[in-house]
Amino acid sequence: MAYSEKVLDHYEHPRNVGSFAKGEEGLGTGMVGAPACGDVMKLQIKVGKDGVIEDAKFKTYGCGSAIASSSLVTEWVKGKTVDQALQIKNTQIAEELALPPVKIHCSILAEDAIKAAVADYRNKHSAVVETPACGERCKE
Amino acid sequence: MKLPIYMDYSATTPVDPRVAGKMIPYLTEKFGNPASRSHAFGWEADAAVELAREQVAALLNADPKEIVWTSGATESNNLAIKGIAHFYQGKGKHIVTMRIEHKAVLDTVRELEREGFSATFLNPEPSGLLDLDKFRAALRSDTVLVSVMLVNNEIGVIQDIAAIGEICRDKGILFHVDAAQATGKVAIDLRQLKVDLMSLSAHKTYGPKGIGALYVRRKPRVRLEAQMHGGGHERGMRSGTLPTHQIVGMGEAFSIAQAEMARENERIRMLRDRLLKGLMTMEEVHVNGDMEHRVPHNLNVSFSFVEGESLIMAIKDIAVSSGSACTSASLEPSYVLRALGRSDELAHSSIRFSMGRFTTVEEVDYAVELLKNKIGKLRELSPLWEMYKDGVDLNSVQWAAH
Repeated sequence: MAYSEKVLDHYEHPRNVGSFAKGEEGLGTGMVGAPACGDVMKLQIKVGKDGVIEDAKFKTYGCGSAIASSSLVTEWVKGKTVDQALQIKNTQIAEELALPPVKIHCSILAEDAIKAAVADYRNKHSAVVETPACGERCKE
Repeated sequence: MKLPIYMDYSATTPVDPRVAGKMIPYLTEKFGNPASRSHAFGWEADAAVELAREQVAALLNADPKEIVWTSGATESNNLAIKGIAHFYQGKGKHIVTMRIEHKAVLDTVRELEREGFSATFLNPEPSGLLDLDKFRAALRSDTVLVSVMLVNNEIGVIQDIAAIGEICRDKGILFHVDAAQATGKVAIDLRQLKVDLMSLSAHKTYGPKGIGALYVRRKPRVRLEAQMHGGGHERGMRSGTLPTHQIVGMGEAFSIAQAEMARENERIRMLRDRLLKGLMTMEEVHVNGDMEHRVPHNLNVSFSFVEGESLIMAIKDIAVSSGSACTSASLEPSYVLRALGRSDELAHSSIRFSMGRFTTVEEVDYAVELLKNKIGKLRELSPLWEMYKDGVDLNSVQWAAH
């Protein structure tokens, strides 16, 4: 299928790949999706004392659009407060990356990843937070 | 070396230049209708069609009179399965086939189910092969037809059609074999095999697209109900003006296959072994399907912790197929790999490499290096790989509900 230039750019040069060291302060980790559905996103945020997200890292198992959506999200959350990060909507991600309709679930998953990371941060370092859904396509 | 490298010979093959050369005159100069009995144009075309029929029959050790031209293996499968079911429905209305058959067989059998037939879809063993005891147990007194493919299109495994044929003949059940992926790869002797119908395709064997054939046994005689009605061509089994140039191409392609098969298979096996050895230097690489009962042309491999579509994207310099149809709205892992009992994850991260006549050592080496590089990168990106490396059992993880 044809990918937009922005998806290809994030796919070829993913931003902020990796994981934070386990003991670091102010971490929130969200893992969403499932291997059986073909995509799993792990998003980590590092929140400063002032409530601003200082850094973010991701790892994604999934298609090019899933990788691009999570890569983009790490760029967008940086410098935002936790509450501002929660305002990021999947439609904005889909629009920025020009995702085709069959790939909208990737942007939904990225939005879920932010919510999961923030929830984890707020719950103070529980290992992994589950979210209810990874999108529409795996329901059957 | 020219990029991208073609490694999808199981999808289709290029027409061999020798084949194309034979076809062209039948488009421009020798354009007669083979059914025209009253002039030299027709006679010339008819002679070409009959020569091709001999060439196709020769590859199968069959009688030319047993070859019926069709538009391809899909039509052959439809004609064989519906034609037999409809003709013999007075005898019984049960059909036995396998879950890993091509859609042209599965969907045809499902259509017959809608018409009131009943069907059994057998699961293969994890190797992809049919267990003969399970097969025997599935046969009923009202079974009229068995359809099992010779070579699987996704995993390349070869079914024991000799043994299946014996069982069917013994019970008086007709046996159809989809051999679209087999011609030029495995030796077929229809004087020995108890096969009643066999579907053939030209474009998987360096012939043109749009032409195929159905072998219909004469001794003992097999009858079928035509699906296409018209001028009564092909002894009434398949009407429609014969596409002379396509038929000439299929004949020439099968003739070349017969002459060169032994040597070609040896060379391709060497390439396949080289590819496999290269890929196996990586961790967590799994071959799908039996390695012993398998055509050398096919290598179907799953790369754990890497998603199929992103992998295809990463290796766009080599043209291969993925076991995951992610471009559709509903993500559906290969039904063939699932029938083998492969997890969805492994099915999603599978790649089918299929090599052929024009594949070179250089291309194989390039593919190995590219895959090693890209799989390394994608695994660095993969949270599943990280968990695996940390010793987490992924099956014990409570993934979000779907």
